[in-house]
Amino acid sequence: MTTNISVTVNGTKCDIANVEPRLLLSDFLRDTLGLTGTHVGCEHGVCGACTVLMNGDSIRSCLTLAVQANGAEITTVEGLGTPEALNVLQAQFREHHGLQCGFCTPGMLMTGEDLLRKYPLASDEEIREGLSGNLCRCTGYQNIVAAIRSAAALRAEKTP
Amino acid sequence: MKPARFDYVVPATVDAAIEALRAAKGEGRILAGGQSLLPLLNFRMARPAVLVDLNGIKELSFIELRGDRLAIGALTRHREIEQSPLIASKLPVMAAAMRHVAHLAIRNRGTIGGSLSHADPAAELPMLSLFYGAELHVQGPEGRRTIAAEDFFVDALTNCLAPEEIVVEIEFPMLQHDGWAFEEVARRFGDFALASIAVSVRRSGTRMDDARVAVMGVADTPLRLRQVEGKLGAIGIDDGTPDRFAEFVTSSVSANGDLHASAEYRQHLLGQLARRAMQTALAGR
Repeated sequence: MTTNISVTVNGTKCDIANVEPRLLLSDFLRDTLGLTGTHVGCEHGVCGACTVLMNGDSIRSCLTLAVQANGAEITTVEGLGTPEALNVLQAQFREHHGLQCGFCTPGMLMTGEDLLRKYPLASDEEIREGLSGNLCRCTGYQNIVAAIRSAAALRAEKTP
Repeated sequence: MKPARFDYVVPATVDAAIEALRAAKGEGRILAGGQSLLPLLNFRMARPAVLVDLNGIKELSFIELRGDRLAIGALTRHREIEQSPLIASKLPVMAAAMRHVAHLAIRNRGTIGGSLSHADPAAELPMLSLFYGAELHVQGPEGRRTIAAEDFFVDALTNCLAPEEIVVEIEFPMLQHDGWAFEEVARRFGDFALASIAVSVRRSGTRMDDARVAVMGVADTPLRLRQVEGKLGAIGIDDGTPDRFAEFVTSSVSANGDLHASAEYRQHLLGQLARRAMQTALAGR
């Protein structure tokens, strides 16, 4: 059994035929579309490396079937900024050295995007609580929290 | 491909979903938020022949005031409950507990009907359904029936549903209280609880009129501690009440141990959380 799906990924509509229902969204993004920025770690919802936005909400792409994204808008790390023009959060990750090996970074960024949009992030505790579903095996959390704190402050300045 | 092969259907109505389950002859599984089922599929611990995706049934997603009860549709996502002003004002203990329900990305997908049906003994919503004395409305081939939360959880990860029944909505009676508290400790914020307790009290001055107590993480199902509630109804309130309450709670529960924490640790933790919860509840809010 296969189905055809239509997904908008980073603003581009993708019509893909013959998708097996058991194909995970994470594998769809990486293998079918070649968007390898989304990382696959634990593949059972613990590590958060595969986090992407679906219709603006952060989700685990390893816990979502590609067919469930039919008709949805997906944003992956490739949709945030470019190497030449990083978005605010990416720039703050670089500024604060918020990445070490970089494996968890795409998930941290996508979770951070969702947090910045939905929560006031007034305290570091709120940022840490928001990031609690994302693991960094380098344990570089201090700088990740600092990067998000800084991005939240910059956004607050822009939108009084 | 991580999961084993399955057929996939997205019915538009509950009736069609039940029909799809019936057609699957016991080999079907319901997909709601998928935050517990997908890991099981990825590990191939679950290998259903047919996955019946409820996400096409829009009328299963709502939060609605009905007299002295709040009704929540089974497909309502944790995040919607967490953010709902109606929940915050009418079911404050639930509102306080929602930030402990897994992590942001999981709350964006996970549903109340899915969490209750999955029946994890250390998950917040099953315990809250006991705490509030909720009623689950379920639909199957024979029509609808109502199940009290206290009858719903049979064992760890086991509910009392027949194979082709689906939870469609849950009704939560609002509680009258003068104070309440929700306490939880998990290894990582948002992970399943090592121990947790919800308490609410009604009082007239220094007399306790009524109390509600539920715990989780310590037994094969969440527990409502009716015996403890009964003992509390008969005591006066003084500085020693939180300590006595902690004793009532720990003497009525015998905690399970596992890989994450020993039985002794959980038992000790539950006592500490009980004391803290009663202190907060008596301080009133």
